[in-house]
Amino acid sequence: MKSLEELRALREKMKSQTDNRSVAGADETVIKVGMATCGIAAGARPVLEALLDEADKRKLHNVSISQTGCIGMCRLEPIVEVFKGGQKYTYIHMTPEKARKVMNDHVVNGNPCKEYLIGEN
Amino acid sequence: MFRSHILVCGGTGCTSGNSMKIYDALVERIRKEGLENEVHVTKTGCFGLCAYGPIMIVYPEGAFYSQVKVEDVDEIINEHIIKGRIVTRLLYQETVGEDGSIKALNDTNFYKKQHRVALRNCGVINPEKIEEYIAYDGYEALGKVLTEMTPQDVIDVIMQSGLRGRGGAGFPTGRKWQFAKNSVGDKKYVCCNADEGDPGAFMDRSILEGDPHAVIEAMAIAAYAIGSDQGYIYVRAEYPIAVQRLTIAINQAREYGLLGKNIFGTNFNFDLDIRLGAGAFVCGEETALMTSIEGHRGEPRPRPPFPAVKGLFGKPTILNNVETYANVPQIILKGADWFASMGTEKSRGTKVFALGGKIHNTGLVEIPMGTTMREIIYDIGGGCPNGKKFKAAQTGGPSGGCIPAHLIDTPIDYDNLIAIGSMMGSGGLIVMDEDNCMVDIAKFFLEFTVDESCGKCTACRIGTKRLYEMLCKVTDGTATMEDLDKMEELCYYIKENSLCGLGQTAPNPVLSTLHYFRDEYEAHVKEKRCPAGVCKKLLRYQIVADKCKGCTLCARNCPVGAISGTVKEPHVIDPNKCIKCGVCMEKCRFGAIIKA
Repeated sequence: MKSLEELRALREKMKSQTDNRSVAGADETVIKVGMATCGIAAGARPVLEALLDEADKRKLHNVSISQTGCIGMCRLEPIVEVFKGGQKYTYIHMTPEKARKVMNDHVVNGNPCKEYLIGEN
Repeated sequence: MFRSHILVCGGTGCTSGNSMKIYDALVERIRKEGLENEVHVTKTGCFGLCAYGPIMIVYPEGAFYSQVKVEDVDEIINEHIIKGRIVTRLLYQETVGEDGSIKALNDTNFYKKQHRVALRNCGVINPEKIEEYIAYDGYEALGKVLTEMTPQDVIDVIMQSGLRGRGGAGFPTGRKWQFAKNSVGDKKYVCCNADEGDPGAFMDRSILEGDPHAVIEAMAIAAYAIGSDQGYIYVRAEYPIAVQRLTIAINQAREYGLLGKNIFGTNFNFDLDIRLGAGAFVCGEETALMTSIEGHRGEPRPRPPFPAVKGLFGKPTILNNVETYANVPQIILKGADWFASMGTEKSRGTKVFALGGKIHNTGLVEIPMGTTMREIIYDIGGGCPNGKKFKAAQTGGPSGGCIPAHLIDTPIDYDNLIAIGSMMGSGGLIVMDEDNCMVDIAKFFLEFTVDESCGKCTACRIGTKRLYEMLCKVTDGTATMEDLDKMEELCYYIKENSLCGLGQTAPNPVLSTLHYFRDEYEAHVKEKRCPAGVCKKLLRYQIVADKCKGCTLCARNCPVGAISGTVKEPHVIDPNKCIKCGVCMEKCRFGAIIKA
């Protein structure tokens, strides 16, 4: 370890390993992927992987991503719920590509992807 | 990024409950399911709630599973990890609300009043991975000290924070460092006292097991402050997990160049070695500890000269306790004012206590100084099990004293405890209920000091032995009232004529019980009776004829055949044969057997 910068760079790198190791705080964006049998069968796992991958690449530390049980609308799976700014957004029929767009447009830039939301189509 | 973290407690308590097998099973299942990139399994240090071990916690839900068995692993993976359904059956009951919702861990009684500074990383990071410590601001304080502060700045911050030694005596840490800095010497040493010998104390062990890097970082900071380049951690060989994790931690710190030469590109050099203690209680005393590191027989020597002037190998040395060190990096990062804002006027910060004895939530708690004994025992500890009445709490182990029930509202800090005849000690807190005999407790601790006296001073070597014999007379019912006075006199004699802390404090358990529970001593002496029903020689088991149904169960279970009688007729115990084992009383279904 030759400098503080080197230490801080290592810490930044390690943050992605320890993200999600706490209960999400009030200012955090919480993302939940429905992963009961219905969700998994409809392809929720690649969606989850895409979300995790995006969070990693963009070094998002104020985001909590986890799975949840059956949300109840099995025909609309894979479902992703985003809790941001006190609002709940329910995205349906998700794919890895759509998930990446949600991460970019909604989670990072604050513009919900209306076209994927429930009730919009 | 992982979507889920499973933290399994790898402290000594949970490990002895098979938590490492649970860890292995989890890793195996996660691998089988192909979830290694999504779910991270980590072993951590102690969570504190040892009574409910083995413990694991799953994030981000914060599901706190207690008393987990290896057989439960499949259910946790199948339900929680794969399907996102929390296994309510295994949750720590306190975290489940009345409507079945999950409460945050910090809202439970056990954690609510705690404030974790020294234990902040215990149960959070993997102590065997330096990178995780770094992710939680590790070594930032060392970097700051080396690149931005002068040694005097460091000492000033520690001084202003009001940090006092957590090993028991409570000497201001900053002053200790200042003395060592002011001493002239070509070589200086930094030592860590991890020879935690008090029966019932395990906070130093838990810190070393859960967050070893915090101690290493703090020792490097101390070395910079006083101008040292070599440190020693003196740890007991009876702590194998702590020793193993420390060794791993030191090696990792060396690999990263956080120990060794030119740390952070400065001209500061520092390295650390571990010295194993063979388990002698006296080696926790500072001069004996250093004598032992030097390779001699662990015996204390007179002070002055104090270690800060002439310590290890005759060089200026500082010696601090594990918990003291664990506070240091936080003080550097968050500032002296932050630390001084916690606690009481003369005792700043927090203190870790190891709760044990007759208490629901056995475990490790860290509370701000000034918290009352009542809050620790009832709110955090959950009170005495089986509805028994709280009688006293023992702090400071064999050097401390008992705090009786009527002083339970005393705010805990260094000075208050000394004022009521006990001491902070390293932080063991043993709770006693109405079934404990106070004479017996004093005898237990004295037996320990008789064994552990190094033998250098006559007052301690022979005095404690004679004191122990007098206590035996009391518990045998052969003592007189004069013996009680003689005991007290001998106590003061030992205190005044012993060289080191061991002898000076050894009579404390006797003095404090004599002071607060003299009635119990007198009952033993005058009435030949042990009020708590513990002292065997004074006990008699009797069968109440009215209640005895003559079921013969007691007679069949008596190991010495002391009970006689015919079926359906009241039985009798022959006191000459009875060995007072209590089996009959345990077995009787009618409550017909009493202790008299």
